[in-house]
Amino acid sequence: MPFGLLKYGLSKDYPFEKDADLPAPTALKRRYDVVIIGGGGHGVATAYYLAKYHGITDVAVLEKGYLGGGNTARNTAVIRSNYLTPEGVKFYSASVKLYEALSNEFDFNIMYSQRGQLTLAHTDATVRAFRQRAEVNKHFGGQTELIDPVDIAKLVPTLNLNPANLPVLAGLWHKDGATARHDAVAWGYAKGATQRGAELHQLTEVTGVDVKSGRVTGVDTNRGPVEAGVVIQAVAGHSAPMARKAGFELPLVAYPLQAMVTLPVKPFLTPLVSSSALHCYVQQTSRGEIVIGGGSDPYPLYNSRASLPLKESLLSSAVEMFPFLSEMRLLRQWAGITDMTTDYSPIMGLSPVENYYIDAGWGTWGFKATPICGKTMAELVASGGKVPELIKPFELSRFDRFKQVNEMGATAASH
Amino acid sequence: MKIMNCPLNGPRNISEFVYGGQVKAMPDVRDVSDTDWARYVFYEENDTGIVTEWWLHSPSSYWFIAERHNVTDEIIRTYPPEEIFKDRVEFSVSETDA
Repeated sequence: MPFGLLKYGLSKDYPFEKDADLPAPTALKRRYDVVIIGGGGHGVATAYYLAKYHGITDVAVLEKGYLGGGNTARNTAVIRSNYLTPEGVKFYSASVKLYEALSNEFDFNIMYSQRGQLTLAHTDATVRAFRQRAEVNKHFGGQTELIDPVDIAKLVPTLNLNPANLPVLAGLWHKDGATARHDAVAWGYAKGATQRGAELHQLTEVTGVDVKSGRVTGVDTNRGPVEAGVVIQAVAGHSAPMARKAGFELPLVAYPLQAMVTLPVKPFLTPLVSSSALHCYVQQTSRGEIVIGGGSDPYPLYNSRASLPLKESLLSSAVEMFPFLSEMRLLRQWAGITDMTTDYSPIMGLSPVENYYIDAGWGTWGFKATPICGKTMAELVASGGKVPELIKPFELSRFDRFKQVNEMGATAASH
Repeated sequence: MKIMNCPLNGPRNISEFVYGGQVKAMPDVRDVSDTDWARYVFYEENDTGIVTEWWLHSPSSYWFIAERHNVTDEIIRTYPPEEIFKDRVEFSVSETDA
């Protein structure tokens, strides 16, 4: 190794250019078959599956900041499928299956770590709801069961079983629950997509969408106009303003979702633990930091400073669950702007504009859906607008027909 | 601590208040299409800038209207709903309609 370094030190060429994970930036072409707005996990995953399964490589991913720098960087990297509705469970289970194989598929370590996820019930009503979730999950092949406080204490010996005087009655133990490095997921997809010929253009902001007689023809960017056969928007928190550029509205409200992380300590916590009554979840990263997250802010805001009362409630709940956390120091706190739907399910598929597909309404459940979302959106594009069965329940028109998918298994929903 | 000025109770901690959605004009319930009703129920303006919203002072169950900037989180003005809603909305169906 030292000799190898010496060789590179004496060489005039930059040695890693050919091995670089991402190609150097190129000029923006005038036209692409497919333009994807948003270079987060969902955007690059769609480009990846378009190239891999459908041979569509004339694709540009336009990102106004940098790769995976938006909500892909801000989520708390929870991967689970223990939702409530059959539609939701089927969809997220497919995502978990894809995640499991992703590191091998990419030849790039996304640090996928299946530690299990435990949700605590503090009331009889929640225990009943959990029983239902466990059965729905098992029915669709997930590994979820209801466990009692004795088993909870064995799984997480450091947990306070009477947090805030709300005794833990039972737990929903989801063995498939996992975490992964969120940046690596975006990088892995971007690497795979660009190697197959798709282009990633960072610092390229879409400023307008061109629609002619009800059909999208291209987008305007800060680097000039681009013609496109198909346009997909995958812009998370700013979905509604982006859709407005294309001339239609989305039933979304933007709420901040906060999270924070402590200084790293020795490993003590294997599963991801969340409390349904305290609206708080705690997990330890592979680096040893404790990640604390919870529900959405109490009112809408387009500001990632977010509100103070929620910071207070998150921290006090975390300390109730693991009292010794009060001795630890916070490293940082942040928020992401989430696009919440009223039924806690995403909005995917067709839009009122022809050839303009939407991937929005990801609220607090976007990261875990990244692989399946990319795969199904790619299918939608490749088939020329035939909506895959898996995402049919999530179409935008469900709101007009009062056919919501009431997903109360979402983190932001009160269980 | 963030303070909101309740038109009934004066300045109080924001934690005493509950957000109740944007103020929207309700279509006439007697002749509205399902689609228009869905628009009214599920769609909000959702843009950056000053928004007019319903808020509830929870301890006193008092509903009022607030104008707030949804980027700076600055509360510009709060006032009783009587300023906008002058007439009572009658939901009961008369004998002849039924």
